[in-house]
Amino acid sequence: MADKKLAGNPKQTIFKAVANNGLLDRRLLLKSGLTFVAASVTANMANASNANSKSAKKIDPANPPWMHTPGAPFSNYGKPSVHEEDVVRYPAANSQVDGNGSSWTPLHELEGMITPNGLHFERHHNGVPQIDPAEHRLLIHGLVKQASFFTVEDLLRYPMHSQICFLECGGNSNAGFNKRPVGASAGYFHGLVSCSEWTGVPLSVLLNEVGVDNKDHWLIAEGADAFAMNISIPMEKAMDDAILAFYQNGERLRPENGYPMRLILPGWEGVMNVKWLRRLTVAESPVMARNETARYTELLPSGKANMFSMEMEAKSLITSPSSGMHLQQKGLYQITGLAWSGSGKVSKVEVSADGGESWAEAELQSPVLEKCFTRFRIPWQWDGSESVLKSRVTDESGYRQPERSELISQRGRHGFFHYNAIVSWAVDSEGYVTHIYDDEDNDNGTGIDADWD
Amino acid sequence: MMMKITITALVLTLIGISCVSAEPSAGPNLGRHASPDQIKRWQISVMPDGSGLPAGQGNVSQGKIIYLQKCQSCHGPDGQGASADQLAGASMKLTDEWPEKTIGTYWPFATTLFDFNRRSMPMLAPGSLSDNEVYAVTAYLLYLNDIIDEKAVMNANTLKKVRMPNRDGFINMYKDNDK
Ligand code: HEC
Repeated sequence: MADKKLAGNPKQTIFKAVANNGLLDRRLLLKSGLTFVAASVTANMANASNANSKSAKKIDPANPPWMHTPGAPFSNYGKPSVHEEDVVRYPAANSQVDGNGSSWTPLHELEGMITPNGLHFERHHNGVPQIDPAEHRLLIHGLVKQASFFTVEDLLRYPMHSQICFLECGGNSNAGFNKRPVGASAGYFHGLVSCSEWTGVPLSVLLNEVGVDNKDHWLIAEGADAFAMNISIPMEKAMDDAILAFYQNGERLRPENGYPMRLILPGWEGVMNVKWLRRLTVAESPVMARNETARYTELLPSGKANMFSMEMEAKSLITSPSSGMHLQQKGLYQITGLAWSGSGKVSKVEVSADGGESWAEAELQSPVLEKCFTRFRIPWQWDGSESVLKSRVTDESGYRQPERSELISQRGRHGFFHYNAIVSWAVDSEGYVTHIYDDEDNDNGTGIDADWD
Repeated sequence: MMMKITITALVLTLIGISCVSAEPSAGPNLGRHASPDQIKRWQISVMPDGSGLPAGQGNVSQGKIIYLQKCQSCHGPDGQGASADQLAGASMKLTDEWPEKTIGTYWPFATTLFDFNRRSMPMLAPGSLSDNEVYAVTAYLLYLNDIIDEKAVMNANTLKKVRMPNRDGFINMYKDNDK
């Protein structure tokens, strides 16, 4: 944290801009010798840890004490550095039910495209069950030739398959429906999305074994948590790329991510990726569960609501600089963020530094994978003037992320789910970054619609 | 630990052999037969056509007693909402500026209410209600939403016939299904 504040490059080099207000050619990122000013986090937490390191005895980096005493011994399971202990999920739960709520991934503190397992977002409806894998069974029944039970041990012997993909709660970012922009750090209102490598048995292998034969059927999935979460999945998706996952980023699932087994439906809304899976029923039609009727449906201005809107639309977000950060001085910055789409690969991310008047294409970090976080970066020469930063993604289907005003005019303010509009960060002349809406979005209303359900 | 590793390795070898004659996507077939009696003990889903509804029944006044004891602390008097969702008494329609999405204004199927109450509620003791109690509290919530009258009795036959006010309020975004 302390280093972030010190870093800087006051030297003003002149580069050719590719869009207004200092956006530079993305290829400059690869040039050697280009040094960036780092945006610092101005949250209290960051100041606290700076204070700690200042109060400690002055250390000479040329001859630091840790080169003169043996280091810590081995450990069974590694932990992040004590200097990173502020990089945490942000939980919010129902006042009378501890395990009903969610915790947000600190996207604004992370880089790359993989979310560390301990920081993967959580959305539980009634807590995290502590399941003994030896006592857990998966039952597949209904319209199948051979209704079957599987033990965890059985399933671990099946041929496995891995996919790196994002997982996003249908309610992610829904504070965007609020009439006034929320001031939280980027991850703490867009972080109900994470990205992992999931490994498990292709669901099609199991479904073929028990004998399913109708692609118009539905699969009703049920979890072994205290909510007995249930939801209906079209057979076509189940047979296409669904995974019965046992491993996340190489290790067995964490309890909060569905241990001992969960569904992964790449690109589809989080609630359908049932954790702690215990039962799959093949049926002719959906069960019309509470979480596919009363919730996870999007009310439109007409009074009708969209149901079974399962694929997550393309979204992007600048993670740095972002809400709550501070640009310490004029100079060259790296704008970086994440883009993803439930329908396939990200094909392009554009960044604007003038509130959307002009756009420049950002560099996409390889690999660019289907239904997966894609990291983007672009250099930006900040001249100290007020600026508005935005990113927008176009996916391989040609769909482009909408402006907030567009989204609201099409879907109204009460959809609650599937909010994927462009996010705007305002940088003031002192370098402080805040979340704003476009002028045309500001209705000066005071009400907040997207309260937590 | 040693033991376990040896056994797993052995099974994989056998799979390797049996795969020669199997279709490419077929797995090792380790599922164990599930009998109808076993399935019955697992099966708690209730479908919109009423299949899955158990025997038993309950009425509004029985449901009110259960509600006061086991639900009101979180959902408030008369389902008006408290720490948890409002369940009844919406004054705003779905097209109003602050729409209230309740059982009466939003839920398309009454069977969902039974399914949900039985599997998930009450939150601190889920699955603790008997089927009769679930019928009763479901009846009370339908009554609070002016969907059934005070004398109505809910059972497998009557519940599936309850038509919800917002039954036609949804647009199915998944192509050809379930019109
Ligand atoms: C300890 C608090 C608590 C108690 C007691 C409780 N509930 Fe709930 N209930 C909740 C919470 C929290 C939710 C929201 C769950 C979610 O969305 O994940 C909920 C949701 C519901 C819903 C769905 C509402 C909607 O609009 O989707 C119904 C119906 C419901 N409860 C019925 C009941 C009934 C019937 C009882 C009594 C038998 C009961 N609840 C007792 C906390 C409680």
